[in-house]
Amino acid sequence: MSRGIGASTQRPDGLAKAAGTFVFAGDLSEPDMLWGAVLRCPYPHARLVALDVSPAFAVPGVVSVLSSHDVPGRATYGLDDPDQPVFTSDVARFHGEPVVAVAATSLTAAREGCAAVTVVWERLAPVVDTEEALVGPPLHPDGNLYRRIHLQKGDPDVEGEIAVEQSYVIGTQDQAFLGTEAALAMPDGKGGVLLRVATQDLHADREQIAACLALEPEQVTITLGGVGGAFGGREDMSLQVHVCMLALDTGRPVKMVYSREESFLGHVHRHAMRLHYRTTADRDGRLVSQRARILLDGGAYASTTGPVSANAATMAAGPYVIPNVTIDCYGVRTNNPPSGAMRGFGAVQVCAAYEAQMDLLAAAAGLDPLEVRRRNALSTGETLATGQVVHSAAPVQLLIDTVAEMPLPPPWSGAVEDLPGGPAADPARVRRGVGHALGFKNIAFSEGFDDPSTALVRLEVDASGRTQALVHCAAAEVGQGFVTIVEQIVRTELGVDEVSMLDADTLIGPAGSTSASRQTWVSGGAVQLACAAVSQQLVQRVATASGVPAASCLLRDGLVVSPEARLRVTLAEALAAGPVEAERTFRHRKTSPLDARGQGDAHVAWSFVIHRAVVDVDLDLGTVRLVQLATVQDVGKALNPLSVLGQLEGGTAQGVGFALTEELALEGGFVIHPTFSEYLIPNAVDLPMLQVVLVEQPEPDAPFGAKGVGEAPTVSSPAAVMAAMRAATGLPLTHMPVRAEHLAAGADVPWATR
Amino acid sequence: MTLRLTVDGVPYEVDDVPPSANLADVLRHHLGLTATKDACYEGRCGSCSVLLGGLLVTACTVLAADVTEPVVTTAGLGSVEHPSDVQGAFVEGGGVQCGFCIPGMIVAATDLLERIPDPTEDQVRRGLTGNLCRCTGYGRIVDAVLAAARARTAAP
Repeated sequence: MSRGIGASTQRPDGLAKAAGTFVFAGDLSEPDMLWGAVLRCPYPHARLVALDVSPAFAVPGVVSVLSSHDVPGRATYGLDDPDQPVFTSDVARFHGEPVVAVAATSLTAAREGCAAVTVVWERLAPVVDTEEALVGPPLHPDGNLYRRIHLQKGDPDVEGEIAVEQSYVIGTQDQAFLGTEAALAMPDGKGGVLLRVATQDLHADREQIAACLALEPEQVTITLGGVGGAFGGREDMSLQVHVCMLALDTGRPVKMVYSREESFLGHVHRHAMRLHYRTTADRDGRLVSQRARILLDGGAYASTTGPVSANAATMAAGPYVIPNVTIDCYGVRTNNPPSGAMRGFGAVQVCAAYEAQMDLLAAAAGLDPLEVRRRNALSTGETLATGQVVHSAAPVQLLIDTVAEMPLPPPWSGAVEDLPGGPAADPARVRRGVGHALGFKNIAFSEGFDDPSTALVRLEVDASGRTQALVHCAAAEVGQGFVTIVEQIVRTELGVDEVSMLDADTLIGPAGSTSASRQTWVSGGAVQLACAAVSQQLVQRVATASGVPAASCLLRDGLVVSPEARLRVTLAEALAAGPVEAERTFRHRKTSPLDARGQGDAHVAWSFVIHRAVVDVDLDLGTVRLVQLATVQDVGKALNPLSVLGQLEGGTAQGVGFALTEELALEGGFVIHPTFSEYLIPNAVDLPMLQVVLVEQPEPDAPFGAKGVGEAPTVSSPAAVMAAMRAATGLPLTHMPVRAEHLAAGADVPWATR
Repeated sequence: MTLRLTVDGVPYEVDDVPPSANLADVLRHHLGLTATKDACYEGRCGSCSVLLGGLLVTACTVLAADVTEPVVTTAGLGSVEHPSDVQGAFVEGGGVQCGFCIPGMIVAATDLLERIPDPTEDQVRRGLTGNLCRCTGYGRIVDAVLAAARARTAAP
């Protein structure tokens, strides 16, 4: 099949997106629709002393004003541990915590309604330092420790002759998806609610919404609204319960769309971390021990800090063979905004630390940075820090060798515009640096979590006589291209060119979250299983009708054939008796929880990746120019090479942003820069064209051998850029993202406590 | 106030517009023309890029009451059935992922190729700095614009 697996086919929604007809959640509207808005706590920690919502009703256009007293069911929500209030009832624990929701005939009126509400706050001292929070008084009845993981492999007292030790501070990154949070909710007329929303996991939203609304899950019907990017930031709920409550209260459709500022305040961020590492090796640079203490700033509510902590702990030693590993990892509650999922999910921050350690080790051992990595590289059959044996493809050695062969860029051209500081720069004060980083990312949910996906495939002849396949699956398309590979899988499996997808909704079983690089594997697997079942039914039908043994028939290239019986039936002929459909559920292999020593077969599989960054740094201005970026990634099998390239380029860009500019500035718990003027994501001139080599070693467990590719690029790219800046400046650069004042040579600027 | 404006060749008269309304809000909320997106409301992201009297602007920073010249959005440049060469190049070249930035990006790229018919990679990157994309890292977008330029140059 020419447009099947392995082809760089186009996105089915591409032209609609380019021509502006694709409907994003924020584009939805209904007749008689109201607009919703939310009033938020302006402080990181405060007691709600008094709340009077009545003035809001005096604002023309305001129809409904709801607060904590109006929540019909569970007062809190959350993916892992439902500890986050729908609305503040007593104490607000972060800047931006919702207090009141208003529905009105216009967005302006809804916002004016919020502004009219009278709130009396008693400000409380915020705790924003993880070390302080760990030993301080509880900020919540559940205490300040979300999770502690102690991981011990080998002998904690054994060390090598060479030791390197360093502390690292990682700031808070935001997903900064362009399409802000948006949803439209309507009463279903039977006491339930219909919700169209931009989300990553329809069924997880449904469970949480139903609990808060005191409805059965079946009374909450969710359809995916067009999603303007996600990157983890839509795995937790934001406006879902509020907009549903407003719709049920008013009996009318209600739409909510966040402003950019609300988006920064209203979704979880990547965890800030503090890490202390001590790495030892023998005189040949072979690792003997890795010891780390890691503090994750989980912010005010649990979100996914538990599993992010597990990822950080289990991947803290890097993709290396190390006999002795001791990791102490703490997920801590503070009065910073809640932290949760973002592309890389705990693997990104530890990579920045363990790769910096490898460079320190290389220097101490007098080895080339790539050589020290080669000597310690993980491979299939080796044992991880968790005691888990790597059963999957682990071409780490090959990644290192391949990137080493990729050509380096020419030296500075002599053109002023190619200097990091432009015309202001003194060329004599510009230094070039080359840095490498190796990383890995687990694929799908870990620690014994059951995260299956279900898909339905129906093969039919439509009204116009065209043979087509219809696919129904609740997997959220957030831009990654699941809809593209579904078409390819169906074409390859059933030999039918026309494939269309029903809306992703909760009328079919769960597909789990579009996160953890898992949908290609798990939902792709469900589509493949359903196709196989359809194929089998069709073959059986043709065999029975023709009086031929079914075992002699097969579906190939859109024909049911039996070479022995000289049978040849087209799909259209076989489907004349009616459509064929099948629904199937796919599960990845079982994993197990971590034991008290952090040991266990916790992960399904990993994708391995290396980046090389080449930078020019202006030592006076502290400005950086990315001269070249190269990457080699273990992808298993590229189902759509163009899509894979897009994931690698996009994921790398987010990693580059994290190293250079992307820091959600927090001062005493206040989000001080919730705008695109101050939270700077890379633009087109900030990035060179990425040099890419894909390593394809099919993964035995995975459908078509494909590993999820979305997250790995974000894991190692920040560490590589940091390494290149260290190489250029000779500075330790232990804080990420770096700031210009840290790069300007001679400047001794302390890192502001945030 | 009542506004009269032409969008993608169609004349509109729209009532009850607040005098302070910006063009992005008038397009999206008053006229329901959602081909133009909004993502920052401060002219930083370029999602609401449109051509105003042939000039590239961010609609969120244009006072709607000031608009006298015709507005062109990506929907005026082509359609799903008849995409413009730039729209087609973006889709063929893998420039579209979530697609939220793409309507503005298409308008900006179309404007760029009007001004610089045969741009270098560097000129394309500089020309698109006003349009943020969070998904693609710009690689496929830049290549798509270069491909559209090559196709135009090669065409008789």
